[in-house]
Amino acid sequence: MGGEVNGTMLAAQIRKGRHGPGASSFVLDVSIEVPPGITILFGASGAGKSTLLDCIAGLARPDEGRILLGGDVLFDSVRAIHIPAPKRRIAYVFQTLALFPHLSAEENVAYGLRNLPEGQRRERVGEILAVFRVEKLRKQRPGEISGGEKQRIALARSLVTEPRVLLLDEPLTGLDAELKAAIVDDLRAWNTARAIPILYVTHNRDEVDALGERVIALDNGRVVSAGEPIEVLDAPRRKKLAQAACFENLLNATVLDLREADGVMRVKLGESPCEIEVPLGYAAAGSRVQVAIRAGDILLATERPRGLSARNVMEGRILSLEQRGTMVIARVDCGVTFVAHITPGAVRALELTAGRRVWLVLKTHSCHLVD
Amino acid sequence: MEALWLSLKLAACVAAILLAIGMPVAYWLAYSTWRGKFLLESVVALPLVLPPTVLGFYALVAMGPRGPLGKLWIALFGHGLAFTFTGLILASVLYSFPFAVQPLTASFEGVDPRLLDASAVLGAGALRTFWRVILPLSLPGVVIAAVLSFAHTLGEFGVVLMVGGNLAGVTRTVSIDIYDHVQSLEYGAANRMALLLLVISFAVLSVVYAVNRRVWTPWAAK
Repeated sequence: MGGEVNGTMLAAQIRKGRHGPGASSFVLDVSIEVPPGITILFGASGAGKSTLLDCIAGLARPDEGRILLGGDVLFDSVRAIHIPAPKRRIAYVFQTLALFPHLSAEENVAYGLRNLPEGQRRERVGEILAVFRVEKLRKQRPGEISGGEKQRIALARSLVTEPRVLLLDEPLTGLDAELKAAIVDDLRAWNTARAIPILYVTHNRDEVDALGERVIALDNGRVVSAGEPIEVLDAPRRKKLAQAACFENLLNATVLDLREADGVMRVKLGESPCEIEVPLGYAAAGSRVQVAIRAGDILLATERPRGLSARNVMEGRILSLEQRGTMVIARVDCGVTFVAHITPGAVRALELTAGRRVWLVLKTHSCHLVD
Repeated sequence: MEALWLSLKLAACVAAILLAIGMPVAYWLAYSTWRGKFLLESVVALPLVLPPTVLGFYALVAMGPRGPLGKLWIALFGHGLAFTFTGLILASVLYSFPFAVQPLTASFEGVDPRLLDASAVLGAGALRTFWRVILPLSLPGVVIAAVLSFAHTLGEFGVVLMVGGNLAGVTRTVSIDIYDHVQSLEYGAANRMALLLLVISFAVLSVVYAVNRRVWTPWAAK
């Protein structure tokens, strides 16, 4: 190949421990390959996605391992190589975007181009603002710009430097699907000519479906599966995979009856009297299946809800509430134990405590059938 | 009037010097990961708790003809440091050090670390990140550091008395002058000087806080 870096592969083997004394096991222990094009990095929060991106960008230093970009060594613990972040030419769009609040959109975008002569710099900035359709905002400061436009400017700022790799940490959260799709199209168009590896972090299924060429599923700092989105995420066939794709609830069930006309079937959960509706699958009445449900897909109510489209409402009792970061893990006994993720605010607003009677609400399509 | 002019000159010099040396110190305090950092923090804060006379005493000893600083100064310039304007500046810099370093450190620490990461991945080294990101976003802290060290120096008494003595036109600052007037029962003159100092201090602070608000709003209020 010629001197151009286009079409190169990013390969990283990274082990990184918890900081401070007493840390024995690695928090992050992965080996990944990112070919040109979009690769999704999928996993629950706390799975180690951001740490992995920080290591690749050079903002964090792995304890052991190697990071290679084509023939370039960016990091090698054995040979004591650690190219500092400013010299890696790896673009990184943060979850918070991190636009410089004191600079205009134009100045933000030009920030990484200081080595170019003034004229060329202005030209490049103009071009990229046009690609992402935010030319009219050049003089505005980030504080005066809406969410979706900020995300476009953050992308433009990263891409204008012609990076060798692009890291995106949930860059499109909070946008509606249409806007998201439009931005993703722009990004794809930009990358057709360049073909750099793009690592895109998300825990949103829709984004995986919209973008996914390849998916790497990360759980607890380990790669639990990698491949095409359908293989990795759809109809989780193995327990490990289901857990990897953040299905915190994996329940044994017996099929009661099939209702082809409604596109559903009723299943009985475990030995409990609990019955729920799940999407129709290849199963006969009486056969045993597993139902996988994400903890984040379960709604909690303190009164029996009415007038809902959701078909599954179960009465239960809170066994425990455990705060982890910005999330509360609720364990609810409905005959079988469900795990639900709620916000600390919801716990306060609903005055949830252990022992309290609650109703769980589940959409039929949040129940994924396993075998 | 001479005393007032001297005080203003001293305060301006001290504020300028403190900004120059306060910034690297504050940068180090804000971003170093060294575990013994608290030691330097304590040293920086010492002038806040020490009586000015203690500080002034040690400064005087150090600057005296037998002190290390005094000896060095005599070797370099042929005259001593104690009871000179330069000596006064040195002692005042020490005395007002925390008033510059602490607001600077606080505002450096207040800059979102992800902005520094963003600057780094966009190719900027530490120095450029400081000039283009940290400093502009810490402008309110810089203004406050300058004002506080200026105002604090303007009003100091104990250290000046210890190190500078009371030489008209050289080390007789406003606060000393006022004290002199009171000692000699010239209440009218003392009052004029005191009132002038009060007005000047108030004016400086108001101007700066007004500017500070305008500087702040465009991005911090959102």
